[in-house]
Amino acid sequence: MAAPKTARRKKKEQSEYFFDYSLLFIVLFLLGFGLVMIYSASSYSAFEEYEDTAYYLKKQLIAVIIGLGLMIVVANIPYHFWERFAVLGYLVSAALIPVVLTPLGVASHGAKRWIKIPGIGMNLQPAEVAKLGMILFLAVLVCKMGRGVRKFKGFLVMMAFPIPIAAEIYLITQNLSSAIIVMGIAVIMVFVASPDYKKFVIMALLVIAAAAVVIYLVVSGSDIFAFRGNRIKSWLNPESDPSDTGFQTLQGLYAIGSGGVWGKGLGQSMQKLSFLPEAQNDMIFSIICEELGLFGAIAIILMFVMLLWRMMVIANNAPDLFGAMLVVGVMGHIAVQAILNIAVVTATIPNTGISLPFISYGGSSVMFLLIEIGLVLSVARRIQLKEL
Amino acid sequence: MLSDNNKIVHRKKMLVTFLLFAGIFAFLFGRLVYLCVWEAEHYASMATDLHERERSIKAARGRILDCNGKVLADNKTVCTVSVIYNQIKNREEVIAMLCKELELTEEYVRKRVEKYSSMERIKSNVDKEVGDRIREYDLAGVKVDEDYKRYYPYHDLASKVLGFTGGDNQGIIGLEVVYDKYMEGEPGKILTVTDAKGVEVEEAGERRLEPVAGLDLCISLDLNIQAYATQLASQAMATKQADSVSILVMNPQNGEILAMVNVPEFDLNEPYELPEGTPENLTAQEKQNLLNGIWRNGCINDTYEPGSTFKIITAAAGLSAGMVTPESSFHCPGFIIVDDRKIRCHKIAGHGSQDFTHTMMNSCNPALITVGLRLGLDSYYSYFEQFGLKQKTGIDLPGEAATIMHKKEDMGNVELATVSFGQSFQITPIQLLTTASSIINGGRRITPHFGVKTLDAEGNVAEHFEYPVTDGIVTEEVSATMREILEMVVAEGSGKNGKVEGFRVGGKTATSQTLPRGSGRYIASFIGFAPADDPQVIALAIVNNPQGVYYGGQVAAPIIRQLYENILPYLGITEYHEKEE
Repeated sequence: MAAPKTARRKKKEQSEYFFDYSLLFIVLFLLGFGLVMIYSASSYSAFEEYEDTAYYLKKQLIAVIIGLGLMIVVANIPYHFWERFAVLGYLVSAALIPVVLTPLGVASHGAKRWIKIPGIGMNLQPAEVAKLGMILFLAVLVCKMGRGVRKFKGFLVMMAFPIPIAAEIYLITQNLSSAIIVMGIAVIMVFVASPDYKKFVIMALLVIAAAAVVIYLVVSGSDIFAFRGNRIKSWLNPESDPSDTGFQTLQGLYAIGSGGVWGKGLGQSMQKLSFLPEAQNDMIFSIICEELGLFGAIAIILMFVMLLWRMMVIANNAPDLFGAMLVVGVMGHIAVQAILNIAVVTATIPNTGISLPFISYGGSSVMFLLIEIGLVLSVARRIQLKEL
Repeated sequence: MLSDNNKIVHRKKMLVTFLLFAGIFAFLFGRLVYLCVWEAEHYASMATDLHERERSIKAARGRILDCNGKVLADNKTVCTVSVIYNQIKNREEVIAMLCKELELTEEYVRKRVEKYSSMERIKSNVDKEVGDRIREYDLAGVKVDEDYKRYYPYHDLASKVLGFTGGDNQGIIGLEVVYDKYMEGEPGKILTVTDAKGVEVEEAGERRLEPVAGLDLCISLDLNIQAYATQLASQAMATKQADSVSILVMNPQNGEILAMVNVPEFDLNEPYELPEGTPENLTAQEKQNLLNGIWRNGCINDTYEPGSTFKIITAAAGLSAGMVTPESSFHCPGFIIVDDRKIRCHKIAGHGSQDFTHTMMNSCNPALITVGLRLGLDSYYSYFEQFGLKQKTGIDLPGEAATIMHKKEDMGNVELATVSFGQSFQITPIQLLTTASSIINGGRRITPHFGVKTLDAEGNVAEHFEYPVTDGIVTEEVSATMREILEMVVAEGSGKNGKVEGFRVGGKTATSQTLPRGSGRYIASFIGFAPADDPQVIALAIVNNPQGVYYGGQVAAPIIRQLYENILPYLGITEYHEKEE
């Protein structure tokens, strides 16, 4: 185990240690950009509903400020502090999800996915807790297993833990995308931890084959997948069904298409005028495309790629396996979520509600993401400059 | 412990993971490029359709002008008043104002103003002054769009010829239907950018696609001749208490129709108004049937047994085949036996011995039956077809009726005999006039028509219409002979009431009993042309079911005489060619 070694290093002078300003800058840029786009995308509908164009902006700004505060706190706590909470985090995640079924649960957009935190008037999405909990839990598990990870049994154990949580999220909150993200985080962490490739290639092929079978069944007219089946149909041909399930997808495509290469200019989106549902939330990327064009979209994609690259560098140079695995988990989380969001918006995959990290409107999401960034920064601070 | 070996494995895996993510991002970026560059136009135009609310601007419909440029069908500016639910601020105020200005019941207006729709029409065809007044109130959500309404300055003049238009600027009957595509123009659009609820986005403004006005249609109809013929027809209908009177005036050389009267006519500005005395409780179907009857153009849409006027055709066939000459002699004992039937002449005592010219002057049935029988069924039938009687004339009005004629294989001598003097089959008046024209104009079958040309907004000719002409219906000699015979009919024969002092007129009368025989209903008609040696105008008058005297020579011929007395000098036909003796 690496822990005692780093504990000794801690006593050395702070200036020898590394602080990843690039990472911080990228995150701040994404947050700032997100706030601007939230205001642009939501001001019209915010005025319609609340007579306050900045309604969503204000709520998001508060969440961002709280999130940044949490990030600074977490960044300054040595990350090994959290090791002891791994099992607790896992159990809390598992316990929190069913709470949405209690009177504390809050329904929105037809699904019960939030828990009301009494007193502060904020809603918490237990799936967000689960994502963070899973990263911490698996990072600890990998370290605890040591060489065991290399064995097939170790692989099975690591893959077995996230399944109940993902199943809970999918079955109880009807949130397929969060379940996919939790599984995605787990697969990526296990992939990095294990030296093997074969298992993962087979897994990927199995997933692709399963997806192909599902699509084939839906296209050939089977209705065993109910509303998910409709989503797949409208994904394959959004224009055939513009009034119902294909509506959001098609409206998103309208936005992207009418933006073209250069975009209409900031604030000039037409689709945000109540045409595009969830314009400030899951579909914000299409508003970015409409207003800022292909170039705005490239800027965002490049920012995410750079963010992932910074995290890879930090993980590579992490003082120990635990730190590396934490960073890999966060990296996997952000990457999977951003990829799924952009893929949905561009109608590359069937529509499933998923937000764009740091940019989409959503208080609990951005707070948990910032806590994760805090963890990454905390790992980065333990990197000795001379090791670089 | 994190061994170096392990570390290398992890580093490699992390790099693979990163590259995998970067690859997926690159793929998504490619997908975006495809959407933003190749598919952009497609989605952008669909989006624009979605964002813009469309209000169409009617195009000014082309006018209809008579041969002297007098406007027969015009456009009047009217307004359409609509409301936009989402933009109304003060619903009550709007309702009160609309009730007051448009003189509508509150219930009617309230229902429309409170209906949740993107745009609700309150009233169309509102006078321009009222529209302007409503606009001055400047109430949010009330739209006044200017619009055109068809207006016919001469009301019922040539109503069944001109026709009228419906609410969407489309022709319903008559020339308005046939020349719709020339006169309708292209409607313009006012495109207003709105949000998803239909509220206007103010900064975006409006986009206008200007309408393209329709082309003016110049027709051969002469307003003065039409008006005078209408007057004559109305008079005749009143004095003879007839069901209807039709007058057709045409240029036999080129088929241009100068007048087409079917009294009773109807007011084109109020085409859906039912005549007084109509029972109130009609079903929609009954009402429509009644209106269709009122709108019906008898000269085109109805067929009748032409009677003796058809002897022109039989005579022309006989002359063409060389079966008769004007000098051929005939004997009429007052009847003729065909197979087992005895067919009477209208003069029971018989016309005695007479040459062919006199058989026509006397309108002698047995003589013309003899001509028909001499020709034989094959020959007669082929002339019938050669003269174009089995085809439609191709007139530029909708609903021309086809000839109702025996099948050749069903015809015996009796049928041939009756057809020879114009009975037992039916043709339209325009068919008779067209065929007679081709016999007297030197043998050219012309296409009767109204449309001459279209004019664009600057008055330049957009298109000259051409109509088919078939040559060689009869020879020039037969045509000249027919003109002489028919001139004799008017000069000294049964058509002498059609004689016009100072002009040479040719013609033929007819009195046909309508089916069923013995009902006492007759159709009196007269076909006449002038000048007889060089016909410039041909006219047909048909009086349907006259009371009292019902002979064509006494009822219909005087109508054409009066017509010619006025229109021949008007048309500048003054030269009197002395008849060569």
